Order: sequence, then structure tokens, then C-alpha cells
Amino acid sequence: MDLSQINPVLLVASLMVAATPLLLAAIGELVVEKAGVLNLGVEGMMIVGAITGFAISVETGSPWLGFLASAIGGALLSLLFVLLTQVALANQVASGLALTLFGLGLSALLGQGYVGIKPPGMAELDIPVLSDLPVVGPILFGHDPILYLGIALTAAVWAVLKYTRVGLILRAVGENHDAAHALGYKVVRIRILAILFGGACAGLGGAYISLIRVPQWTEGMTAGVGWIALALVVFASWKPWRVLLGAYLFGGVTVVQLNLQAAGVAIPVEYLAMSPYIITILMLVILSADKSRAPASLGRIFHASH
Amino acid sequence: MKFTSLLATAAMALGLATAAAAEDKTKVGFIYVGPVGDGGWTYEHDKGRQAVEAEFGDKVETVYVESVPEGPDAERVMTQMALEGADLIFTTSFGYMDATINVAKKFPDVKFEHATGYKTAPNVSVYSARFYEGRAVQGHIAGKMTKSNIIGYIGSYPIPEVIRGINSAFIHAKKANPDVQFKIVWAYTWFDPAKEADAAKVLIEQGADVILQHTDSTAPQAAAQKAGNVITFGQASDMSEYAPLPRVSSIIDNWAPYYIARTKAVMDGTWETVNTWHGIKEGMVEIGEISDAVPAEVKAEALALKDAIASGEYHPFTGPLNKQDGTPWLAEGEVADDGTLAGMNFYVEGIEGEIPQ
Repeated sequence: MDLSQINPVLLVASLMVAATPLLLAAIGELVVEKAGVLNLGVEGMMIVGAITGFAISVETGSPWLGFLASAIGGALLSLLFVLLTQVALANQVASGLALTLFGLGLSALLGQGYVGIKPPGMAELDIPVLSDLPVVGPILFGHDPILYLGIALTAAVWAVLKYTRVGLILRAVGENHDAAHALGYKVVRIRILAILFGGACAGLGGAYISLIRVPQWTEGMTAGVGWIALALVVFASWKPWRVLLGAYLFGGVTVVQLNLQAAGVAIPVEYLAMSPYIITILMLVILSADKSRAPASLGRIFHASH
Repeated sequence: MKFTSLLATAAMALGLATAAAAEDKTKVGFIYVGPVGDGGWTYEHDKGRQAVEAEFGDKVETVYVESVPEGPDAERVMTQMALEGADLIFTTSFGYMDATINVAKKFPDVKFEHATGYKTAPNVSVYSARFYEGRAVQGHIAGKMTKSNIIGYIGSYPIPEVIRGINSAFIHAKKANPDVQFKIVWAYTWFDPAKEADAAKVLIEQGADVILQHTDSTAPQAAAQKAGNVITFGQASDMSEYAPLPRVSSIIDNWAPYYIARTKAVMDGTWETVNTWHGIKEGMVEIGEISDAVPAEVKAEALALKDAIASGEYHPFTGPLNKQDGTPWLAEGEVADDGTLAGMNFYVEGIEGEIPQ
């Protein structure tokens, strides 16, 4: 065992990268659930975002266009969920699961011609002086722009939900859609926008895996991150900063356990492998002891006639 | 004739026709642990399936289900496949072993072929490839090429097949370079590109400049490419899209001849339980093109090693070899028997760390 082989600076820097896809997907789903909609299709929207982002950035040579396309791709797929649950008033759980299955299949089809291709790289932030600082440089100033977007998005969602009228209306729709409707708010329209936002975020998260974290296209490459994002939203009690904490914790423990293994630490590997899940859940369960609860209208179907 | 009776006759004719066709066709099913587009393990099995279709054309019908988790779900998928009339089912991952045996008991007329396992039954054969022969060649190149003397190894699950590969690679890396050290990370998955990429990155951060993988996706290759100055080897499939660097060579599993032969056996009614374990000699294990990034001299040595293994003149596990704890395993000139290899659950001397139990 030789812990000195682990470089803490690189470790923190890579845990931030490992956490970002999860963070993006979870923050989008948080907004959706705050509006009272349960979309279990996160995994499907992520993988569709992963392939649309990958394909467009390969075709155009621009990772920026790729990320834009991934957000559009994710949102387009969520439009299907909109159609099913907001227009046809179908069951949200079943529609969400269908969305995941459909997304996995569709992405495999779209990705046929993109196996084994290398995507154009996205330049990492390089601020003179700042990025060259020891310790702080690689951790705070040495990443790709999307990672910062993830953090900024968390802050924005928190601020909007807490301090703005838009946030208040969104929460009202999620807590009691009949009351919001009675007050004259367009419940369905607000929910549709929230779902599209969630789809776009999930798409970005997927593209982060295919363009930056891995970077390549492989069928099924999101490998369950969407499901972890869903769980994270619940364990974080629908609070944006806790989602960030949970995502970093999960990403962090994942990277740390691999580092410990490689350094030959004598902890049984099984425990290390399950540690990201257990530690994240434990931590968030302890945090959620403050009686936070789900939005009251979560998963309930709204129709103006009721 | 009335329209309805016309329809009825047509339907009946159609029914008879399909029934007749179904009798002729041999239905072959495949269960995959990852998606067919993984670029590695499952991709090669699917190439084998396509070879069966190409060989027998109209006489066979193949079906497959991809990304089947190792566990109860696998049993359900196999049962479904057997109920739908499959005559022969290939279950292509170690973790399907007990599920295959269970389902095989319920369908005595259906033949099962389980890859990389060791449990057989009257209607269950097992087949595997001697990947460790390819690992020996990889180990030699790795030992010669490393500058940091640290070789990273991404393991999937601690099962004999994977441990054999680690041992074989280590023995031959050590022969080529006595200072070499192995760092082993267990990913506990066959297929999870993000996790595999993380594992590769961690190993590279800790100083490895050669990455060997026993997982199915090409993600470690991509991670190595991004890091630069790291070499890798294609696993299960050629992964030539990452040549000449980082991928300098590969182990390719060629299942097609075996799948064709076994399908033929079912058609002819000559199928019986076998325990197949083929290597470089029979062509089930192939060594992918060694790229120009490898010096000519090392390449020549690697090819000589491959030829010696193929001709049977050299066995990758030849004594003197000790187990990790220093107890003697093989005496000078003694070669390992297949039984020990099949159940291998120990590291050879010189590897650090413990095998997860």
C-alpha cells in the first residue's frame, strides 16, 4: 500500500469530471419534479443526448454545436413524454419507462455509423496565471466549460426557485396544480416547459459522457447514470445544492475507490465498489432528516376539468 | 368462392407454409452481456452469429438479445428463447453459468452452449478460448515498452478467466523486464464505458504507461489516447480504430468457426456435450496486427512467442513458477494442467495485492 501515489489534486479534478453528467441530469430532473411531473426517462434522454451531441460534433467539428444539439435532442425526446403525459394524460411512470427503452433503442440506431470515431476535443479553460497556480489551478481553473455550466446551472436553478416569481409559480404547480389552475396559471404549459428543460439538461449530461468523459460513442454508454440521477433528486430532498453535493460525493467516492484499489489498499474491493452508492445514500438520508418532502402533486395527472 | 372463405384458405395456406418453413429452419439464439456495438466482446460474438447466417443462409434463423444482466433476468430471457423454439442457444458470458444449467434442465431438447464456464450437462456444452496465450504475447510487449515500469490492468470480475490473464501477462512482462510492477483495478462490470475510462485514468495518474484491460468497451483506449504516451491492447476485438497508438496490438476472439460447427452439428443431429478450449493454434485466439509503434525487434520477439505457443512448443505457464505467497507451484519445465488453469484462483509470485474473494 502506498498512498503517496495518489495525487490529491488530480483526484479532486477528476472527481469533478466524473460528477458532472450526474449533476446535469439530476438538476434537470429536479426542475421537472418541482413542477409536479415524474419523468423516469432520464436515462433515455441522456443516451439520446449522448449520440446527438456526438454525431453533430463529429459532423461539424465543433463540440459547442454538439452540446447544443445534445440539449435539443434530449428536449425533443422529452417532447414525446409531453405528448403522452400532458396531452394524452397517460400514466407518468409507464411513459417514463417507455421513454428510456425508446431512447436506448433510438440511440443505438442513430449511433450505427459512429462507433470507433474520435470526437473533436473541447479545449480546457486556460486562463493565464490562474490556471497555472499550484493546487487551485487544476482544481478550479483547469476544466472544460461544460463543467462550469453544470455548477452555474445549479446556482441558477436554486436562485430561480427560491427568489423569483417564476420559481414560485413552478413550485405552486408542483405542490397543488388545482390551486395554481384556479389562480389562472397555465399548469400544462408550465409543466411542458419544465419537462423540456429537464430533457435538455439530461441531453447535456449524456453528451458530457460521450464528448468529454469517455470520449467516444458506445451503445448503452450511459450505463445507468440516469437512474442514479433520479435517485439523487429524491435523496437530495429536491434541493439544488444537495444535488450538487450528492453528485460530487458520488463521483468522488467512485474515483477515490479506484485510486485506493490502484494504490493497493487492503480494503476488500467489494466494499470499495459499493461505497459510492452507500456513502451517497447515507449522507443524503442524514441530510434529509429535516422533514423535506416531495412536491405534493408529484406524478399526478392534471386535467383542467377536475 | 366467397371472399371470407378465400381469406380463410389463404390464411390456412400461409399457416401451413410458415409451419413447414419453421420445421426446416434451425433456430439459433444468442444471449449477450453487452450491446452488439460495444466494439469488443459482444461485437465479436455477434460477428460469429452473422457468420452462422452467412454460412447456412435460409436454413437457419438466428435471434439475439443484447445487454442481458447476469442474474435472474438471464434465466427469463433464455426461457423465453427456448419457448420460442430455439434449437441451440449460446449464452456468451461467464455469469450466465447457473442460469444456463437451470434453463437447460427445463428444456432437455434444446441444446445450450455456455461460454467461458465449467458446468456441463447432457444438453449443455462449454466453450472458451485460451485468452491467456494472447495475454502472454501482450505481456511481453508491455514489459518491453513500459518506461515507468508500471503496467495498469483493468479487471472485470475476479474469476479464473481474468486471473489467468493477469498471471500470464505478468509472467511474460516480468521476463521481458524484471523491474515491472502491476497495478490492478477491479471494475466489477463487463461493460460500463464511463467506469472503464475512469479506471484507466486513475491508473495513468498513478504512473502506468501501459494499460491492459479485461473489460469489453473501447473506453480505456480513448482515455489512453487522450492522456498520450500510453499504450493499450485491443481486448476481445481488434479495436484497430485506436491503432497505431495507443493500441499497439490486440487479442481477437474468433468464434465464427466454432459457432458454424456447432450449428451444423445440431442440423445433422450429431451434437453432443463437449468441453472446448481452443487457443492460438486452432485460431480461436488471434493476435491483432502489431503496430509500427512497437520496435521491429520487440515485434519479432512477440511473433516468435506467438508461433512457439501455436506450435505447442511453449506453454505460457511453464515452471519454475511460484504462487504469490512463495509456495512452489510448477517445477522447472513443468507445465500447468488444464484443470488448475480452469479454476485458477491465485496470483503468481511477484504480483502485489489480493484477489477479491
